[in-house]
Amino acid sequence: MSQARLYSIITDSNLSAKQKSHYLALEAEASLPYLAIDEKAQQAIDAGILCDMFEGHAPFKPRYVLPDYAKFLSQGSQYLELDAATNFDEALNLLTILYHHVPSVTSIPVYLGQLDTVLMPYIGDLNEQQIYQKIKLFWIMLDRTLPDAFMHVNIGPTDNIICRTILRVDAELKQIAPNLTFMYDAQITPDDLLRQATDNICVCSKPHIANSPIHAETFDHTGFGIVSCYNSLPLAGGANTLVRMNLKEIAKKSLSKTDFIETVLPEYCAIMFDLIDARSCFLHEESNFFKGFLTTEGLIDESRFAPMFGIYGMAETVNVLMEKENINAQYGHDDVSNQLGHAISKKLAEIVAATDVKYGYKGKALLHAQGGISLDKDVTPGVRIPYGTEPDPVTYVQANAPHHQYYSSGISDILTIDETVKTNPLAMFNLAKGTLQLGYREFTANVASNDLVRVTGYMVKLSDIATFDAQGSRTNTTFLGAEAAKNTGILERKPRVAALETTPSYVN
Amino acid sequence: MTQSMPINFDKQGIVSKILTFSCVDGPGNRLVLFLQGCNYDCITCHNPHTINHCDDCGDCVVSCPTEALTLECNKVTWDESRCTGCDKCIDVCPNKSNPKTMIYSVRQLIELITKHHHFLNGITVSGGEATLQSGFVLELFKAVKASKQLAHLSCFIDSNGSLSETGWHKLLLYIDGAMIDLKAWQDATHLWLTARGNHRVIQSINLLALSDKLHEVRLLYIPDKTDLLSEIDAVAKYLNMLPQQVNIRLNAFQHHGVIGDALMWNKCSEEQMQQFSRELTKRLGRQVLVPSIYT
Repeated sequence: MSQARLYSIITDSNLSAKQKSHYLALEAEASLPYLAIDEKAQQAIDAGILCDMFEGHAPFKPRYVLPDYAKFLSQGSQYLELDAATNFDEALNLLTILYHHVPSVTSIPVYLGQLDTVLMPYIGDLNEQQIYQKIKLFWIMLDRTLPDAFMHVNIGPTDNIICRTILRVDAELKQIAPNLTFMYDAQITPDDLLRQATDNICVCSKPHIANSPIHAETFDHTGFGIVSCYNSLPLAGGANTLVRMNLKEIAKKSLSKTDFIETVLPEYCAIMFDLIDARSCFLHEESNFFKGFLTTEGLIDESRFAPMFGIYGMAETVNVLMEKENINAQYGHDDVSNQLGHAISKKLAEIVAATDVKYGYKGKALLHAQGGISLDKDVTPGVRIPYGTEPDPVTYVQANAPHHQYYSSGISDILTIDETVKTNPLAMFNLAKGTLQLGYREFTANVASNDLVRVTGYMVKLSDIATFDAQGSRTNTTFLGAEAAKNTGILERKPRVAALETTPSYVN
Repeated sequence: MTQSMPINFDKQGIVSKILTFSCVDGPGNRLVLFLQGCNYDCITCHNPHTINHCDDCGDCVVSCPTEALTLECNKVTWDESRCTGCDKCIDVCPNKSNPKTMIYSVRQLIELITKHHHFLNGITVSGGEATLQSGFVLELFKAVKASKQLAHLSCFIDSNGSLSETGWHKLLLYIDGAMIDLKAWQDATHLWLTARGNHRVIQSINLLALSDKLHEVRLLYIPDKTDLLSEIDAVAKYLNMLPQQVNIRLNAFQHHGVIGDALMWNKCSEEQMQQFSRELTKRLGRQVLVPSIYT
């Protein structure tokens, strides 16, 4: 069985040699016995209630690492035998080198730095065209050598030439990698810069727009970064592990709403904290990871790593509990359901804030609404409103905004916006601004062919869509001939670029 | 000036539908009010259920699968909480109407707009024919302009252009832009397609252009049925007299929502649209807006 699996990885016609090596390494780690965990945790894993995200049986690297790249450029590296950068070319060269030494759960770095802040000290007297040319080549290099959709660059909130140039290059190249988060601060960011960012979303579905002040409040003055799929983590630190909880399965085990919130949920949280401690203890105490040069040269600090306490399936959880209460209401559409969802998020935040972990940020884990992996079936990522049942984007945001305050390490909440927005990017700007004003931690829009596409001047009647069922369906994309391929041309490039995080283990 | 005008917050309008997110009804994201009732009877109407007001015949009541419609004291009543939005009632309506229209006061709408204003660039009243309820539209726009929170929102009208000059003059102070359909060039063709001539439409376009309120002129292209291609020289000459910043938007005739004879007509294909837009662009010397999606 195991050899057959290795053989099928080795002979897979869709994977590159490098991707095969990655999956083979995962299999090797998985052949070790799992960490010593208690029986309840094992049962919860087996029942699909808790999930360690396939991080491995013996974690030897943190899930996400956010090195202090500015410090690295200013001091060079003894271990890598590099002097400090003195100009722009040297800075880009140093970064290129370091990226290959920053591990993560996917082996590819998930955080490439707050690049405008990091690079601005080195622009010297370079003109706009020179900067553009250098950034463009750097961008192409990143996509071709580190092809993972979860590798993240951060820019903003200030208006500067690096930030503007990165937006320009990103729209021009339309690459999957690197991913991009634009930090927005209403007090600092000019509207026309936000407009450039939202125009880009219509062109290439990037950047994501982070509500900078809300994240800054969560962390100390050393700062933070947004990595991977919208995880907000301490800079010069990161996440040692991410364990996630399938809330839907817990709801199914509960007798009622109250039983869920007061008894069953706290029980499983306690089990999850045990699993988190077991995983992070191995990493911090056994793996010797924190003896490497990233730590000894001060680019990361062991005390700035925190476990992420992930949850998903809020939508199904609320719907299951409503059914147990005999209330006919739907998550995302009815106030009573939405309020229950918010109450569950609040409870989770209280539990996480009150529970000490062995290796955490200020001794605590960070709550996270997790974005799902390819194996998930019939359960919706994070606190999202299920695909195909989403109301219009404005109603969506108003229903979900109250969740955002609770998820300090990020909330993967993606708005699907129909592709007619591409001819009206101002609408994207309006939507982004409204969303951030309502307290969203991050505005992430997926410009896609929706089932319901309106065309100028007239309404869509559901009855016109023969196959549209009462709930709607994401698979009915034939309506109005809107094909996903028309979106951004990005799809055609997918095979070369992996998304190892959403496909964490080999699926034959 | 606008502050001093008294506003009738109790003025009511008959609304067919409200959308709080639309990126196809003017600049930016807009809240769109579709008002019930139209004075045209276009063969190609994409929203025929907005043409007439409900006459309470009750034919739709039995068609409702969730019993959201009832006939009480000769009045059709709609229970929104039971409605699944399947629109069967609209399909069976013999009167090109809709039992689900709602009456809103200006006050209620201001509340609704205020709830959504963070997300909006403006509001658009559409239809039906919005100007048939111009008294209501006037009070609504006055109220928007007078509200501290909402004054920055642009107020647009999407219209068939049938309103009289006197009517437009009342609205002009409070609208920021109008989008007008020009469905055919020859009066006879327009009459055949819409049951009305187009003199008023041309008048409206001219007046709005002169007042700097014309945002967009829309041409519905129905191959072999409209005369927009055969009369393209005259159409282009006319459009060229309009200010350069006015959008010229071409809509392709599709079957979506259409009932009756026009379903037998050919849809406008992407190639046909490209041909038409090429010819028009050549004559205008500037870009026109074309559909991004075809069925």
